[in-house]
Amino acid sequence: MSYFWAFVVGGLICVIGQLLLDLTKLTPARILVAFVVSGVVLSAIGLWEPLVDFAGAGATVPIMGFGHTLAQGVEQEIAQHGFIGIFTGGLSACSGGVSASLIFGYIASLLTKSKSQS
Amino acid sequence: MDNKNYDELVKKFSPNSKILSNCLWAFFVGGSICTLGQLLTNIYMKNNFTISDAKLLSSVTLVGISAVLTALGWYRKIAKRAGAGTLVPITGFANAVVSPAIEFKSEGYITGVASKMFIIAGPVIVYGTVASVVYGVIYWLLGRF
Repeated sequence: MSYFWAFVVGGLICVIGQLLLDLTKLTPARILVAFVVSGVVLSAIGLWEPLVDFAGAGATVPIMGFGHTLAQGVEQEIAQHGFIGIFTGGLSACSGGVSASLIFGYIASLLTKSKSQS
Repeated sequence: MDNKNYDELVKKFSPNSKILSNCLWAFFVGGSICTLGQLLTNIYMKNNFTISDAKLLSSVTLVGISAVLTALGWYRKIAKRAGAGTLVPITGFANAVVSPAIEFKSEGYITGVASKMFIIAGPVIVYGTVASVVYGVIYWLLGRF
């Protein structure tokens, strides 16, 4: 069942993004920013964690999951290290995904010829 | 019904049906990427990784797959049809990093590749960090009183 709900919930979150693309003038970059920030807010008010328990990757793979990781990181670091956790929590929690993107992007640029992507 | 009426009818219905088909594509492609993420997480957990490590490795693997598909030029082809289905998952974030890294290689490795990687990733990281610090301040204050 975990696959079914991951599919449905993940798909529905993407539909929200598609509706924003089709019905508003928001650019993809603005939608990503809005989704990350809403991920932090939804996680902060305690709504995202239950969705992760319910839908697994359906809630963590969309970019809101990135915001959820940031918020969770802050909570954990503050619990462990106090005040300094405000600054270290977010970025250290999401460092894996960000580093992977940068490293793979750099390798891809080394291995490919420069070409227009649009 | 004459041609004029027919044209009006088409105009009336086609934007909606286009939005509907866009949404269906976004749903199925986005849902599939999330299901793949779940599959990867389960595979890593079967190989004795903790749940948080399995989730991280699953994300890193999705990012890697996205980088390969982007470098091959396939991600763009899927994205043309899938729209937000390929934008919203973490693979879309990876694509937003990898794609300009390749495109701006001709402008050099410093001002081309390295800075253009952050065209979209930069704002996402900046606003994500700002939001997390704001939440951190509130969370810290709530913990003290």
